Amino acid sequence: MKKLIIALSFLSTYHLAAQKLPNAEIINLQGQIINAASIKSKGGPMIISFWATWCKPCINELDAFHDYFIDLEDTGLKVVAISIDDSRTMSKVAPFVAGQAWDYEIFLDPNSNFRRAMGVNNVPHTFLLDENGSIVWQANKYIPGEEEELARKVIALSKGEKINND
Amino acid sequence: MKPIFFLFVMVVAFGVNAQQEKLRAIIQSDAQWYLRDKVLDPSGEYFPDERLLGQGFALFTYTDGDFQAGIRYENYQNVMLGFPTGYQGEGITYRYARIRRDNWDITVGNFYEQFGSGLIFRSYEERGLGLDNAMDGVRIITKLGQGLKLKGVIGRQRKYFSKGEGIVRGIDLNWSTNEALPFLGKKGIIASLGGSFVSKFQRNFDPILNLPNNVGAFALRSTLNFKGFNWTNEWAHKINDPSYDNGYIYKPGQAILSTLTFSKKGLGILASIKRIDNMSFRSDRNGQQFDLFINFLPPTSKPHTYALAALYPYATQINGEVGGQFEVNYMIPRGSFLGGKYGTRLSLNSAISNSIDKSPLDDDSRGLKGTQGYVSDIFKLGPILYFSDINGSISHKFSKKLKSKFTYFSLKYNKTVLNDGVGDITLLENLGMDSIININAFVWENQFKLMNGQTLRSEIQWALADGFRGDMAMGLVEWTINQKWTLAVQDIYNYGHPTTSRQIHYPIVSLIHFNGPTRVQLGYGRQQQGVFCVGGVCRVVPPSNGLSVSITTSL
Repeated sequence: MKKLIIALSFLSTYHLAAQKLPNAEIINLQGQIINAASIKSKGGPMIISFWATWCKPCINELDAFHDYFIDLEDTGLKVVAISIDDSRTMSKVAPFVAGQAWDYEIFLDPNSNFRRAMGVNNVPHTFLLDENGSIVWQANKYIPGEEEELARKVIALSKGEKINND
Repeated sequence: MKPIFFLFVMVVAFGVNAQQEKLRAIIQSDAQWYLRDKVLDPSGEYFPDERLLGQGFALFTYTDGDFQAGIRYENYQNVMLGFPTGYQGEGITYRYARIRRDNWDITVGNFYEQFGSGLIFRSYEERGLGLDNAMDGVRIITKLGQGLKLKGVIGRQRKYFSKGEGIVRGIDLNWSTNEALPFLGKKGIIASLGGSFVSKFQRNFDPILNLPNNVGAFALRSTLNFKGFNWTNEWAHKINDPSYDNGYIYKPGQAILSTLTFSKKGLGILASIKRIDNMSFRSDRNGQQFDLFINFLPPTSKPHTYALAALYPYATQINGEVGGQFEVNYMIPRGSFLGGKYGTRLSLNSAISNSIDKSPLDDDSRGLKGTQGYVSDIFKLGPILYFSDINGSISHKFSKKLKSKFTYFSLKYNKTVLNDGVGDITLLENLGMDSIININAFVWENQFKLMNGQTLRSEIQWALADGFRGDMAMGLVEWTINQKWTLAVQDIYNYGHPTTSRQIHYPIVSLIHFNGPTRVQLGYGRQQQGVFCVGGVCRVVPPSNGLSVSITTSL
């Protein structure tokens, strides 16, 4: 136990300067395993949205935001949608996304490794990150109209304005 | 004392210096004040003595570079109606430390893991159901180069606030072939192969049966991805494993699962088949309900989210089933005549599940304790239909202000098996005694944008059933007052219930407040008795009436 305390105390004083997403295995739609920490923005804001094929509000959110996403290209925005579908429904994700004609980057997190590391309890849970990878806003819900709000925040963020988490 | 000390050290050590992104917490708390409802529960058998029941948990996860540690505290005072009653009291149920360095990834303490799709090993949690079979032990993952990855696990599984006595150990090798065979990538092929072996140890004390102390299972899998096509196959075999689930028969178990999908922007197709024969695999041979499952057998049907269709859920029949699924998602392109400005989405899904062939043994017995149980021809179907589902939907956004979706469901639901829990061996001896309910359901959903950022979402649902729960109609209105408040009112009227006294209303009113990652929900409602499922696993929920509060936040 003593050793553990020493180890933990040491770790608590050790910092990494750059903000990074946590290490967690996720799978792309081709079935390849990648580390979530390797997800990088395109130099602008990034949205990470946790969703599932059985979650209606999640689909409504990604769908509603898609109309705005096309117009936000100038901001350098990248949208990453992390499906938490487990082994029951994970095979549905690729054909489902195709049928929705979404242009997002999609990854699977079937055993919720990334979900737990990001502190996500329920879906939908959406994070807005700045170009340095710091979380500036998050919401554990989708209510209609939020997509508009989110699009405004993305534009503000790309102009270097401060975002409030309200 | 030790776990509390551990928690204290973690919070102090990490809380002082950790950056926001390094330490994350999830906190959830639910409580319900139950009201006596003489219509729903005339004798009061489901009315809890406590009147007020509440439960909650807090999960802390600390990640710093290649190190991660986590802890979860759970509290049940007492567990809410419908959850497994084994959850009593409070304590630390999950704690681990994990390090990933070079080619090694080592976890000690609790962990969740799965091999392939989980046919022989999956430890996971489903908090909505109170299901958690986390391993407590050691997991080692190492990369061997050339795309080879080896996983080894050993430990015991969580059972409420204790652990099962059985030891679970397993090994899994996955080969992502593209690293070693780069020419595949050049041809646009991505392929992987995998194999796993899992064994459990539980001492036998049975005075009559010679039960195996060790039970092994192995599985092989493959994935092939080429030009929008993805084909995955998995096959599993388990040696004799007499258990409560299979009536203590000695027949080995088998499972096969094959899924082919095609995805291209605007079109997605899925076809899937599976066959399961005697594949219940638990670390306690006498385990029941959700306790101590080592594996997970994914059901091949679409989980429904609309309330009335969700009243007829399907869960895998672990003792044997053969089934398949076909699904098409298509978007009529934006800008076309039928697609309009925003496109029109069509979806068609069908699924079926049936019993497997279980012919009697040479001595004419079937399912008898201590025997091989039965003989099964894999190319033959059994006589019992468990479930079938054909559903289709069309959704269209007419303008910035109006979105509409229409869905139709046609279900066949074997109430005797899926709701009453009668096994196929019993039914085979009494063919025709099962009751299959035919359900036709319609859902019309609309979403209107009002002024000042307000929206109104409505659902009209209608389900016609030729028995069991009978006909029902439902209306729902959800009013988004602003980005912080939502009010939802719904009512299900079971006007066609075969018993006149049960032709009642089930109203639910909820007021939800959002603030960033925090959600507070207040509700009043009447809950129907039934089977509640998340992710294909189901539990029985008693009828209830009461006021509820739920708070969830991430920090």
